[in-house]
Amino acid sequence: MREPVTVSNESEAKSAAGAERYRVADHAPRRLADVLLRWESILVMLLIAVIIGNIVKSPYFLDPYNLADATYNFSEKAIIALVMALLILVREIDLSVAAIVALSALVVGFLGAAGYGPFVLIVAGIAIGGLCGAFNGFLVTRSGVPSIVITIGTMSLFRGLAQVSLGDQALTTYPQAFLDLGQTYFIDWPPVPLSFFIFLVLAAVFAVFLHLTATGRRLFAIGANPVAARFSGIRVDRIRFALFTLSGLLSGLGAVLLTARIGTMRPNIALGWELDIITVVILGGVAISGGIGTIGGVVLAVFVLGLTTFGLSLMNVPGIVINVLLGLLLIISIAAPILIRRVVRRH
Amino acid sequence: MSLFLKYREIMLGLIVLVMVTGISISTPAFGTLENGVGVLNDTAFLFMMALGQMVVILTRGIDLSVAANLALTGMLVGMLNQAFPDLPAIVYLASALVIGCGLGMINGSLIAYLGIPPIVVTLGTLAIFRGMIVVVAGGDQVNASEMSSTFAGFPKLEFLGLSSVFWIAVLVSLAAWFFLSMTRAGRGLYAVGGNPVAARYCGISLTHQELMAYAISGAIAGICGYLWVARYGVAYVEIASGYELTVIAACVIGGVSIGGGIGTVAGTLLGALFTGVIVNALPVMQVSPFWQMAISGVVILAAVIINARAEGRGGKLILPEARRAAARAKA
Amino acid sequence: MADFLLREIALTNDTLTAPILTLSHVSKSFPGVRALHDVSLDLRAGEVTALIGENGAGKSTIVKILTGIYTPDAGEISVAGKQRHFVSPRDSWGAGIAAIHQETVMFDDLSVAENIFMGHMPGGRLIDWKETRARAKTLLQRIEADFDADAPLKTLSVAQKHMVEITRALSHDASVIIMDEPTAALSRHEIDELFRIIAQLKAEGRAILFISHKFDEIFRLSDRWVCLRDGEKVGEGLTRDVTEPDLVRLMVGRPIDQVFPKRDIPIGARVLEVEGLTNATEFADVSFSLHKGEILGLYGLVGAGRSEVMQCVFGMTPPTSGRVVMNGRELAIKAPIDAIEAGISYVPEDRQHQGAFLPLGIRANTTLASLAEHVRNGFLSLASEMKATRLLGGRLSVKAAHWEQTLGDLSGGNQQKVVIAKWLATKPKVIILDEPTKGIDIGSKAAVHDFIGELAEEGLAVILISSELPEIMGLSDRVLVMHEGRIVARFVRGEGTGAQAWSPEAIVAAATGTPIEGRAA
Repeated sequence: MREPVTVSNESEAKSAAGAERYRVADHAPRRLADVLLRWESILVMLLIAVIIGNIVKSPYFLDPYNLADATYNFSEKAIIALVMALLILVREIDLSVAAIVALSALVVGFLGAAGYGPFVLIVAGIAIGGLCGAFNGFLVTRSGVPSIVITIGTMSLFRGLAQVSLGDQALTTYPQAFLDLGQTYFIDWPPVPLSFFIFLVLAAVFAVFLHLTATGRRLFAIGANPVAARFSGIRVDRIRFALFTLSGLLSGLGAVLLTARIGTMRPNIALGWELDIITVVILGGVAISGGIGTIGGVVLAVFVLGLTTFGLSLMNVPGIVINVLLGLLLIISIAAPILIRRVVRRH
Repeated sequence: MSLFLKYREIMLGLIVLVMVTGISISTPAFGTLENGVGVLNDTAFLFMMALGQMVVILTRGIDLSVAANLALTGMLVGMLNQAFPDLPAIVYLASALVIGCGLGMINGSLIAYLGIPPIVVTLGTLAIFRGMIVVVAGGDQVNASEMSSTFAGFPKLEFLGLSSVFWIAVLVSLAAWFFLSMTRAGRGLYAVGGNPVAARYCGISLTHQELMAYAISGAIAGICGYLWVARYGVAYVEIASGYELTVIAACVIGGVSIGGGIGTVAGTLLGALFTGVIVNALPVMQVSPFWQMAISGVVILAAVIINARAEGRGGKLILPEARRAAARAKA
Repeated sequence: MADFLLREIALTNDTLTAPILTLSHVSKSFPGVRALHDVSLDLRAGEVTALIGENGAGKSTIVKILTGIYTPDAGEISVAGKQRHFVSPRDSWGAGIAAIHQETVMFDDLSVAENIFMGHMPGGRLIDWKETRARAKTLLQRIEADFDADAPLKTLSVAQKHMVEITRALSHDASVIIMDEPTAALSRHEIDELFRIIAQLKAEGRAILFISHKFDEIFRLSDRWVCLRDGEKVGEGLTRDVTEPDLVRLMVGRPIDQVFPKRDIPIGARVLEVEGLTNATEFADVSFSLHKGEILGLYGLVGAGRSEVMQCVFGMTPPTSGRVVMNGRELAIKAPIDAIEAGISYVPEDRQHQGAFLPLGIRANTTLASLAEHVRNGFLSLASEMKATRLLGGRLSVKAAHWEQTLGDLSGGNQQKVVIAKWLATKPKVIILDEPTKGIDIGSKAAVHDFIGELAEEGLAVILISSELPEIMGLSDRVLVMHEGRIVARFVRGEGTGAQAWSPEAIVAAATGTPIEGRAA
């Protein structure tokens, strides 16, 4: 029987050998296939396809004024989608955003009817949204109930309050300066509406925040593993609360922009937006299971969906049929990579 | 609180009873037998839909497409009636069940076989099913005048003053109770929702259970689709729009845990009844029906928060004295 | 070494009875890990076969193959002479194999009876509830359980839940019963009960595969043994022909006194002092102190409250009373961030759930608890993060393709190293390691042990929670033993006599709550 070597010798030998043959590179070697298979690259290709398809099918598509008007249809939702992306990234969801839009729009409508100026309307709309969001955040962090349940409840509550206050009436009195915000171009040439301009600015801010700051990194950590995030000293509940409040604030902003654009407020305003917004975020590559996603992806998805809808409506396809295509796009875009991976693994 | 935990259904039943009594005293018009029958008839759809949804939530899933399924199946059965007006009602009912079940299986396959999160799949199929209504009907409606009398008459049949829709809801409830408490497959739903890993060790297939849950949810939505269209005399794209959230809310009020594995037929029925009573009481009490939504919101929040408190998040019982105290509290 | 192995393998030839179950030349690999390689194994009726080996040696993989959770890449399983192919747990029961799993796998919201029979309820597709209850009652009586078949599982204690698990295995009426560390959470009395049941099963002619880390149990119970190391069978034979040091040598591949070389480190000033820490249900009156350069071992059975105490010190849960003093100053720790800022780190036991961020890369994982250090002008500096990652990753010899590699793609041992790196990045003064070598391969394990000594040498104060006695005794200067939420004994390296002696027997006796006369509280 040979004597086994002692541990100190063995580990020394091992580490010496390790130092020689073992070097860890900083990054993976960059390969074209990896870049092309990124979710964002797929979205870019989709976007190009949508644009080419539109150009071929409709001579009016490339008109700058047409394009500018197209942004109206998605900018408000896109602004809310930015914060929804962060919420889904941390494994939360806010189904009450559209209801917050309704409640904020209601307050904006009442203040408009009472003769207040645009500044008051804007601040009040955003502030009411923020309050609703903080209420969501408070309930989610304090009760330990999943946010999907809490926000189904507050969705009913917020829209219900709007219905109670307004019944089947509409509010249509707004100062002209306020309406001008939504109904004229913010930049004249190239024509850019205010809502789209705000979306672009916020998208840049969100991208920098999420991808370049310490707090942004913490969001990824919470989404990847909320328990480990707590163990790593991240104040998970504080961040959750802040995100729900932010979701409310941006929904309030959406309400202001929407009311200024359409000049009227009914309790069923923005009905069903929550599902549209979540669709954008998921198509943008944010994983519903948390921890994965980019703002770039969400912005690309906004354009893919926005331009598809716009192009199809130029071709007189009814909105509800467009929804079928968007639903298919959502499912296929999630299912295809899974199926491809399975087929690849089998061979 | 431990009493509440043990007898959550009884407590919820008492709350509904107190509510009904209170409303009846303040507004005698509500307390009549006639109105009671009305409440049950009106809530029949919610009873069924909530049970279907509960089956899905038990597996840790969610089915947002149920209302769209209801509307699409309703339209397809309505068109079937236009094409073949003389079939017996049971054939329409059976085809609705099959169509609804098929739509549910689409959800189920995507979720169970591809592992796509339920919320993503059913969000997508919600949009697809709704849109397909316009596509299949070419944008038209099916109106009462275009429905045959066997088709439209069936949901209006009455027995003991209650509509056939209510009696079907009773049958669905009994079937659900039997399935969930007396069959291996039904108990398997609780197992996969309560602890998917353990269920696998017990040889229960998550794939099969999920597929089954969405098929059941779809089948129930299909049945409701026919009954809804026939009862209200119209099939068009908007029917039951947004109803999926009312259905989920009824489950949540009834104590079904979104985390899976917890929920009873009785609780879910009571959750639905609670919602039905509020919906029906408001107009009788001369309260603006616009209050309904806000009240359900408050009720949902109250219910889930009370449930969460009752379930508790206390520490482990390690100290012998803590274990003894817990054992005493149990007894 | 080679002839020693040959001698042990030769023993397999003196067959007594025909085996009920045979595994032949089974191999199983996972991405990046070879879990089992060419392992053969026989189980015989009326015999207890002990499967031994360190964590990560492949024991659990064998259990999962035998129970149909994993399908082997190569090799055959035959039961009673017939070749079987298991694709699901049902196939495994069908062949008469039942298992008690290491982690209790059960349904908290269902009743005891339902937990016992889930997956094979009496009746066909329809459940015969009367029969289910009656059979559950009979089985529970047979193992003399003190709880009701209708009780919801969540109202049971850990040990009681374990009894349910055992009952579950009995309910299959299997000819082969696998027990994967069945005694880990049991008290001495409950272990005796279990052994009585095992003797009974043996007498009934069943074959038992018994997996345990505790040598006294192996020698008391088993007829045969099979030893695995790094996924390969390194020996087997009759238990009566072998001694404990032989087995240990086979398991670890080197003699025990050299497994954990204790470094000679001078103990410095007192760093941390915990006084009377109490929580309503988990632990009471926990007091201890910790010094610079010291390794303090915390030993006890699974579920004794060790992790709970340390998570309280770390700010995860609030205490009802007691205080934590660091360098003479009382700390107000309300959340983990307060502990981290005070210089306390906690490397959790449950790596998958509490430590690792699997979708994130090595760099993001490493810097996560110390992000503030890498902020320049409000933004994260990739260069600074990369520098820290290279430094710590290199020091812990993390094996990876590159530093951006997703943590989920690394082996368990390397994941653990990254988790430890994350905590070292916070430059702690006190580091609490909760089962740091649980479930990692032997190479990484030695590296972690070496590293713990290195940390102490650098002046850190280390608290080591471990269920492995050799690890605790090999590394610690002092050992505290917890039992049912209280510290019941304190041992000092190489000191004390009788019940307080620095000996495995005394420490285990304290941990299992066995009364030994003259033991101080």
